[in-house]
Amino acid sequence: MNRLLLNKIILVLSTLSAIIGISFLFWILATLTYKGVSSLHLSTFTEDLVNGGIRNLLVGQFTMALIASAIAVPIGMFAGIWLREYSNQSKLASVIRNLSDVMMSAPSIVIGVFVYALFVAPFGSYNGFAGIVALTIMMIPIIISTTDNMLALVPKELREAGIALGGSKHKIIVQIIIKAAKVGITTGVLLSFARIIGETAPLLFTSANNQFFTMDLTGQFPSLTVSIYNLATYPDEASRELAWAASFVLTAIVLIINLTGRYMTRNKK
Amino acid sequence: MSNLIMETKDFSFTYAGVDAPSLKKINLPIEKNKITAMIGPSGCGKSTLLRAMNRIHDLYPGNKYEGEINLYGAEGKENILNLKKENDLIRLRQDVGMIFQKPTPFPMSIYDNVAYGMRLAGVKDKSELDDRVEKALQDSAIWKETKDRLNTSALGMSGGQQQRLCIARAVALKPDVMLFDEPTSALDPISTGAIEELIAEIKKDVSVVIVTHNMQQASRLSDYTAFMYLGDLIEYDKTDTIFMNPNEKLTEDYITGRFG
Ligand SMILES: Nc1ncnc2c1ncn2[C@@H]1O[C@H](COP(=O)(O)OP(=O)(O)OP(=O)(O)O)[C@@H](O)[C@H]1O
Ligand SMILES: [Mg+2]
Repeated sequence: MNRLLLNKIILVLSTLSAIIGISFLFWILATLTYKGVSSLHLSTFTEDLVNGGIRNLLVGQFTMALIASAIAVPIGMFAGIWLREYSNQSKLASVIRNLSDVMMSAPSIVIGVFVYALFVAPFGSYNGFAGIVALTIMMIPIIISTTDNMLALVPKELREAGIALGGSKHKIIVQIIIKAAKVGITTGVLLSFARIIGETAPLLFTSANNQFFTMDLTGQFPSLTVSIYNLATYPDEASRELAWAASFVLTAIVLIINLTGRYMTRNKK
Repeated sequence: MSNLIMETKDFSFTYAGVDAPSLKKINLPIEKNKITAMIGPSGCGKSTLLRAMNRIHDLYPGNKYEGEINLYGAEGKENILNLKKENDLIRLRQDVGMIFQKPTPFPMSIYDNVAYGMRLAGVKDKSELDDRVEKALQDSAIWKETKDRLNTSALGMSGGQQQRLCIARAVALKPDVMLFDEPTSALDPISTGAIEELIAEIKKDVSVVIVTHNMQQASRLSDYTAFMYLGDLIEYDKTDTIFMNPNEKLTEDYITGRFG
């Protein structure tokens, strides 16, 4: 009887906390959708920031995130593959693994400052390259750890079976092991892309922002997130509305990428 | 003299980072086109010995082999412990196949699973591949179940089918020896029966070494039986002798279920 009562109390308490947690999430999403959608116009997507739209910001944000991914994904994957398959869990491997974990938990603003010192200060101007470097630095450890962890999930019997059939180690890794871990690694790549596409701090004083459409990475580069940060603090209504619209678009993008990633893991096999 | 395909001579094996050897001076003959069973309590070294016979231990660095393991292949006698180059080890594994406890289908189609080893071995001709894939699947008694779904993923098969696919995959390479490490312990009785039939069937083409915890399986299936205990080979003889009239008290105790 007593235990039943305790059961009920705990059930009620945990349901309540879940409801509170979810309500906040919905509150945020609802406000965002309401304010965002009401501030969205067709021109939001066709005009650049200078004319009250976000076209150049979207292009800029994606350009930097995509180039960063194009650098970080191969580097991170090779490092992860080396860690799991070739390092034989040596001392060096554990140093690299720890380093990567530390980097992953480093506050992104710190990475921003670091890149500022190396790639902005010496050139005397904010530039798109610096933004890409910052995003790349953020992304590499995430890709390393996903690759490492996903490969670890592949049973060692599968490697042994490949070797037992007369495969060389690298063929087995490329043709079987990575294939077996493919879904997990792809999901990890998507989630880390979703992570960096929404980052502000690493861009704030690297690529900074640009009101105009540009593809010139040697100068200030347009960024959606940095614009949201700036616009939200402006006193005029139009700026704040644009901030809402931009936030809504950003959230939708991140959400869609996240859901795609999750959907892929669910439909494994 | 009997007709050997393999033999171990004073073979000792020590795992990396371990002081004491896990196998101590094992002298075990493997007869050609016969089934040799290895039995013994958990941890006695059956898998360790089996995995030395195709040098799969080499996947992990730092292990130590001592003594000899001779393979009497097409080119005569060869001590496989002397093989150093990766290519020689690959050739060894094409001659000495291995089946694991859990089925290990690759994440690819049924056809590609069977063709995989042959492709690694350099077979490129499509019609030769087709023929040998079909032959291997027929020899492994899953041709009927798979012929209409050769291009579907092997991961969708049942556990028993997957295990037979793994056997087909190994048989396709026409090995001299096949090593089985508890191949049925993860399977239901019906699949187990099918695998046992299959092993009995393939022995006309290959010599078989099988590790098993199932005494009935050992006595049903094998021609010779080796009983191991704590890293020693206690007794090796015809299976009938081991089960009806063993020389060693330890063997008798184990077979009658007094320990282990
Ligand atoms: N990778 C390893 N490193 C160190 N010692 C090991 C390793 N693998 C196995 N051993 C040890 O070697 C001995 C023999 O193990 P092995 O796996 O060959 O036994 P087995 O007879 O196959 O047992 P089981 O019937 O449980 O499969 C055991 O004492 C085991 O603890
Ligand atoms: Mg074993």
